[in-house]
This record gives sequence, C-alpha cells and structure tokens, in this order.
Amino acid sequence: MATFRLLNDSLPVDPPFEISTAAGAVVSFDGRVRDHNEGRCVRGLAYTAYPALALSEGEEIIAEAIAKFELTTAACCHRLGDLALGDVAVRVWAAAAHRGEAFAGCRYIIDAVKARVPIWKKETYVDGPSEWVACTHS
Amino acid sequence: MMRIQIQYFAVLAERRGLTEEWLTVETHDLGALYNTLAMQHGFPLPHTSIRPAVNDAFRAWDYPLQEGDRVVFVPPVSGG
Repeated sequence: MATFRLLNDSLPVDPPFEISTAAGAVVSFDGRVRDHNEGRCVRGLAYTAYPALALSEGEEIIAEAIAKFELTTAACCHRLGDLALGDVAVRVWAAAAHRGEAFAGCRYIIDAVKARVPIWKKETYVDGPSEWVACTHS
Repeated sequence: MMRIQIQYFAVLAERRGLTEEWLTVETHDLGALYNTLAMQHGFPLPHTSIRPAVNDAFRAWDYPLQEGDRVVFVPPVSGG
C-alpha cells in the first residue's frame, strides 16, 4: 500500500493504515494554510507537483523514517490544487512502540517532505499578484 | 545530435509557457542545457538552486544525457 499520497480532495482524518497492537503511540501532524507569510497577507494558495518523482521521493522518506526511528508504520498525504485559508495541506502519521520514536519520526517526515519532495506552492496575496514561494529566494 | 524531452514545473513552466517539449540538442551536459534554456527563456534561477532529474529520478549534474531521456530541472521545492 502506498504510504505517500497526493490528493486533490480533503485529506483523510484517520491514518491510511492499520495501527499495530505493537504501537503504543501514534503522532500525527497537520500542516495548514496560514493567513500570512513573510509579512504578507495570504488569501489562498495552489500546489502543483511533479507526481512521479514526488511519489517516489515521498515513499523513500517514509521508509527512511521507519528504519531510523523503528516506527511500526507511517504515512503522509499531501494536497494538490487550490486551497483556502485553514485547509489542511499535509498530514503525517507515525506509529511506534513509544512516544519518543513516534514524535521524532513524525518530525523527520514533515521536515524531509518540505525539503525534498517536488511540490510547489503558489500563494495569492490580499495586496498583489500571486507568487511561487521559495523559488526566487533559496 | 539527439532528441530529448523536457518537462517544466512551477516557475519554469510559467516562464517557458509550456509544460513539456522535445528538443534536439548537441550537448550531453545537463548544466550546459539548463544554462542555455535559462538564457533563452529568462529562468530566474541559477543552476546552483536547481536539482536535475532524468527519467523520474534525481541525478547528479554530471549524469550524461542520452537519446530519448526525459529531463526535469526541479526548482526549489515548497510543499508542506
């Protein structure tokens, strides 16, 4: 089963995997559309992706986290398309025997997804035209 | 001379006005290809902020291009 998914609709609330009875902890993380970025008021945003490479890179990140933090299971879903303020853009789940590994694994996954997976955000602002985030200042 | 396919995403697709095209190129060098396209189309990013991908996998800049390869110059990502 795919553990990294790109979805055009609302993300599932429950983890897309069965939680093993060996898991004493499940940590989840929601990344939401914020109303401001770098001092500007954000009206909404749109995500696009390079799907083939985003899926393979996302799967690799999940596999790394499972190995590194001894997770029993982990998954991540990321939205594509137009999102409004407050919408959940990305959701991560990490299950482990103990909470330390579950928190660390969840943190690793979201950090790596933001740094490595080819997904791009175009923000629309209250006071001007939309812009690709990070594409011009990294 | 060889034929390669290029796919564009995000800011590069916007600047190019296309999401993909086939090109006939003389170079096997990804960096030289990027610099040529960046000059032609006014890409706002130096090659140092790009990660090249060939046939749906990230590659080093010294990966030699082959006939029929599908190339993507991946701009800095901003998911999450």
